[in-house]
Amino acid sequence: MTDYLLRVAIKMAVTLFAIVTVTFVATRLSGNPIDTFLGEGLTDEGRDALIAYFQLDRSIWHQYVAYLRGVVSGEFGLSFIERRPVTQVVAARLWPSAQLLLASIGLTAAVSIPLGVLAALYRKSWIGSAVMVVAFSGYAVPNFVLAVVMILTFSYWLNWLPVVGNGTALHFIMPTIAMSGVLIAALTRFTRNAMLDVLGQDFIRTARAKGLPELAVVMRHGLGNAGVTVISVIGLQIASLAAAGSVVVETIFSWPGIGQLLVTAAIMRDYPVLQFGVIAVAVAVVLINAITDVAYALVDPRIRLARS
Amino acid sequence: MTGLADIVARHRRRRAGAAAGGDIIQRIALLLAVLLAAAAILTPLIAPFDPLDQSLISRLRPPAGFDRAGPGHLFGTDELGRDVLSRALYGMRLTLTLAFVGALIGLCLGGTLGVIAGLRRSWLEDAIMALVDMQIAIPFTLVALLVLAVLGSNVTVLVLVLGVAGWEQYARIVRAEVRRLTGQPFIEAARAAGAGTVYIARRHLLPNVVSPLVVQFTLALSNIVILESTLSFLGLGVQPPQPSLGSMVGLGRDYMPTAPWIVLAPAALIVTLTFTVQILGDWLRDRADVRLQER
Repeated sequence: MTDYLLRVAIKMAVTLFAIVTVTFVATRLSGNPIDTFLGEGLTDEGRDALIAYFQLDRSIWHQYVAYLRGVVSGEFGLSFIERRPVTQVVAARLWPSAQLLLASIGLTAAVSIPLGVLAALYRKSWIGSAVMVVAFSGYAVPNFVLAVVMILTFSYWLNWLPVVGNGTALHFIMPTIAMSGVLIAALTRFTRNAMLDVLGQDFIRTARAKGLPELAVVMRHGLGNAGVTVISVIGLQIASLAAAGSVVVETIFSWPGIGQLLVTAAIMRDYPVLQFGVIAVAVAVVLINAITDVAYALVDPRIRLARS
Repeated sequence: MTGLADIVARHRRRRAGAAAGGDIIQRIALLLAVLLAAAAILTPLIAPFDPLDQSLISRLRPPAGFDRAGPGHLFGTDELGRDVLSRALYGMRLTLTLAFVGALIGLCLGGTLGVIAGLRRSWLEDAIMALVDMQIAIPFTLVALLVLAVLGSNVTVLVLVLGVAGWEQYARIVRAEVRRLTGQPFIEAARAAGAGTVYIARRHLLPNVVSPLVVQFTLALSNIVILESTLSFLGLGVQPPQPSLGSMVGLGRDYMPTAPWIVLAPAALIVTLTFTVQILGDWLRDRADVRLQER
């Protein structure tokens, strides 16, 4: 187990290092950020002062080391627009994003797991096909199209739901559904395949042979075993998909979360915010992945033993 | 083992069905794909208006059949009096072009790295697979956001970003296929006969990985269409006044209560595109009979 934990930790460290490096390289791609971001109305002295302040006259390696030092000590600079530390700017957006994420994952699990089980049990009948068509549609409909069609129908036409903000429970309905479309498609497929794998195993036949009621076979032996895979998929894939989805959905519904912040920062070219925001979201995803890996290994000894 | 016999029988039936031209949904998808591709290629000939032509007197006209509909504007006009159908057609043309070039870039990049990883079982393989793991772990939309914000969005940057988006899937597939194949006797025989690595890769490996790659390419097309229209929707992809399906939906949002057709026409086209391509991709997957990673 120590071996396994060590490997997960190394993988995590390498990925985090790569993310930090990618964000550094990405923001330096355009050459001198001062010219790109501040541009007009700047005197030559002012420009030189800024370049000296941000150490842009030093070599790229020097800048990189200085940047890494800042990352390690938790200093990511000031927002160009809000003029306060980007860590504060991003932190203020954390809770709304987390709420939407949790609501979406909850809805996804509540819909996908029963649907996936149904699709596996009735894979030869129309029920299975119908479920897979639904799952398939989730992949084909981009979340912004889903959001726009829902807004047209439920806000402008029927006048049932509010479009903008996150004040009440009603505000959660459309953003949560828009986020969950793709997630439901992915998780339903995973659940179905995991169930099919498990239901084909010998111990299921044994359970049936010893006269266990079908419901107990499916729920306890089937879903009990497939559930581990399903939960690990939620941690490994759904988290990353949801992070990407939140960017779009939060923007459409003016949800005051990190996703909306990132898009605004990208359009306003507030690159310290963008840089730290991307790092923060990536760290969250990598952390969730690592926790899932470890939890998976704890529950299933085959994982930690097979690979070491 | 009735289970196994059953699966084999089902599989035979499925293959027979696929060989006979697929079921009705797949035939419709194929027809749609041909129509959409033709429309994209012939856009300059069939588009009724110039997509950039503004007309102040025919702003926000509804589609044909409604009151106040403008003459010739089948899907209505937008807030500047531009023809929605023409813009949607040009947008689809651009989206499909970007998707094809992007998927090709991903194919070349991922395919090459996959072959290298499969043939050279050394630190190089570990490094490439570590890159693959990273690409999977990091939400790519965010990196795309960062790169597009810094470099500014133009078609070159956009197509490169779209190309990098899916390379890891090709790399995984090619590596797995190459590893499987290199264990086969015919590769060993070629090697014993004195064939070099490049010759084996070209003559023996390439023909064998073509069909899984075609399947992945098709599925990637639909993912790239979604990514491109999402980025354009957010204002970070194709820049106005050039029409793109995503940016039409994004910019038309302000007029949704009064002129929903500006948004609905491109949205419907996006969904038609992705559905068609995905159905074809799944069909090809069944036909090619490869066990690709279920997503």
